[in-house]
Amino acid sequence: MYVAVKGGERAIENAHRLLAHERRGDRDVPELSLAQISEQLSLGVDRVMTEGSLYDRELAALAIKQARGDLIEAIFLVRAFRATLPRFGATEPVDTGAMQVRRRISSTFKDIPGGQILGPTFDYTHRLLDPQLAEGFTPEAPVTGDASAAATPRVTDILGRDGLIEPSPVADADAPVGDLTREPLGFPADRDLRLQNLARADEGFLLALGYSSQRGYGRNHPFAGEIRLGEVEVEFMAEDAGFAVPLGSIALTECQMVNQFKGSATEAPCFTRGYGLAFGQSERKTMSMALVDRSLRARELGEEVIAPGQDEEFVMSHSDNVQATGFVEHLKLPHYVDFQSELGLLRKLRKEFAEANETTPMREAAE
Amino acid sequence: MSAPAYNFAYLDEQTKRMIRRAILKAIAIPGYQVPFASREMPMPYGWGTGGVQVTAAILGPQDVLKVIDQGSDDTTNAISIRKFFGKTAGVATTTATADATVIQTRHRIPEAPLHAGQVLVYQVPIPEPLRFLEPRETETRRMHALGEYGLMHVKLYEDIARFGHIATSYAYPVKVNARYVMDPSPTPKFDNPKMDNCPALQLFGAGREKRIYAIPPHTNVVSLDFEDHPFTRYRFDAPCALCGAGDSYLDEIVTDDKGGRMFVCSDTDYCESRQLAGHRGSESAAPHKERAHG
Repeated sequence: MYVAVKGGERAIENAHRLLAHERRGDRDVPELSLAQISEQLSLGVDRVMTEGSLYDRELAALAIKQARGDLIEAIFLVRAFRATLPRFGATEPVDTGAMQVRRRISSTFKDIPGGQILGPTFDYTHRLLDPQLAEGFTPEAPVTGDASAAATPRVTDILGRDGLIEPSPVADADAPVGDLTREPLGFPADRDLRLQNLARADEGFLLALGYSSQRGYGRNHPFAGEIRLGEVEVEFMAEDAGFAVPLGSIALTECQMVNQFKGSATEAPCFTRGYGLAFGQSERKTMSMALVDRSLRARELGEEVIAPGQDEEFVMSHSDNVQATGFVEHLKLPHYVDFQSELGLLRKLRKEFAEANETTPMREAAE
Repeated sequence: MSAPAYNFAYLDEQTKRMIRRAILKAIAIPGYQVPFASREMPMPYGWGTGGVQVTAAILGPQDVLKVIDQGSDDTTNAISIRKFFGKTAGVATTTATADATVIQTRHRIPEAPLHAGQVLVYQVPIPEPLRFLEPRETETRRMHALGEYGLMHVKLYEDIARFGHIATSYAYPVKVNARYVMDPSPTPKFDNPKMDNCPALQLFGAGREKRIYAIPPHTNVVSLDFEDHPFTRYRFDAPCALCGAGDSYLDEIVTDDKGGRMFVCSDTDYCESRQLAGHRGSESAAPHKERAHG
């Protein structure tokens, strides 16, 4: 009769076999290729690369396939693989000002040097389900034009020339870059670690926190100074060669929020910055990240910390979806030892409660 | 795409060295939570990643590993972790407490006394005993630094004021080496006395929270209490239905939907060893009955 805890090993093996079967689905339907995922579910791939902290479209596509389209599970697979990779060093800072821009918009100026470029976006599409896409649809080739030679300086740099926005902090080239995957996180955390945490953070969590700041929980009056998407060169300083070696180019989305700042006794009022950066095309993520980055600067800017989005310990401790999903889902594991002790305690408390209530009314009645 | 090759016991040597340094520091300061750069493991956070990293860092080819969850070698997560090390380290595994050199556990301390040379590795979900009284790490680290544990005593006192006794049944806080208040992980308080003056080394790993702490062999471990309300163990007052043990922690097994239940040892190795030695309970399984007659 006592079989509940036996046979676990075979159960696990059979469960995994069933999972593989379910993952494949109906075998009469052609199997998905990694190229199909990478090409046609590209925003999902971008999200997995961003929150998985690994720029590799093929591995991200594999992870999505293996995870049956569960993106947090795919992020977890990528993270676990990434943890085993050796570190050669850090690249030179990428220059997003020199980005090969595919999309670039500013909501703060009607026109900007280099122009507004709408690019591939869901914005202004009418969200009507398109039956054409159901099968065998070949879209028209995109309209092309001559490439412009005009530079596309960052909007925040334009504002910066008049001193209307705080200067971007200049990083010390020799200072080591913080890495929370190699050193345990402590509080208070500097902005480099905060930004790393936010870049890896769950998109939905940041979206909700950014949204809460817009609705008045630690409001900071944001404008989308600029959002740009495109390719940037990545360079690695090769000590032996003595110069920076190009490693290739990666697609990035960058969002610079421009936020109000009232000024202080020592500082004139000026605009402040919130920053978001992600792999691939990840606009919702970078905009949310920029809002939360600005919120988390409350301490540094002498603002009152009153809302969850301004509280770095709260935000950074709960932003990682791989950590969060693990701990939430660990409730599936057996807890019957501690449950048993709670059960014992509860029975004792209820017995004491019943005994106390049995005697008390009698005494009252007698009085 | 090239298939990745993994090191002995999965972790690379650099990472193991980092974890060993944290372990050494933890042993040097008993009960103190040492931050370490916990890695992303190929199993979920909250499923034993801290214990797995500690085990991976201390495991050698000659070690004999036992893994238990809820006291049992046969629960799914214990099997999963044992298979992980069987695969990545190729070490010998056992279910016998006495034969193991390293025992990784979740929620229990084995009933059989541990001996010198053994290491007990605990999986820890929330390493901070003060966490549910003060959610901020910045605050709790300061409280530990100053040895400021008044909040915990107030909590225990409030239990007594309300219920007449301390209403904490598992993860019952202890003071280690008369200095740090420590969370013993969610073991039932029945197990707390086994930590005191234990000849084995006890290591605690919390992966998601990135903390390692330790109780060196023969260290003083005291469960928090008051002079007029001393610490008491709790155990359901019945013998094990399979082996008749009167001194082991029991699981409650629901046998039907009419209130039927039986109580059996949560430590399966302890229970099976006793049955092999001829001990019998009221519901002993049939195979052992033959032996009883013989």
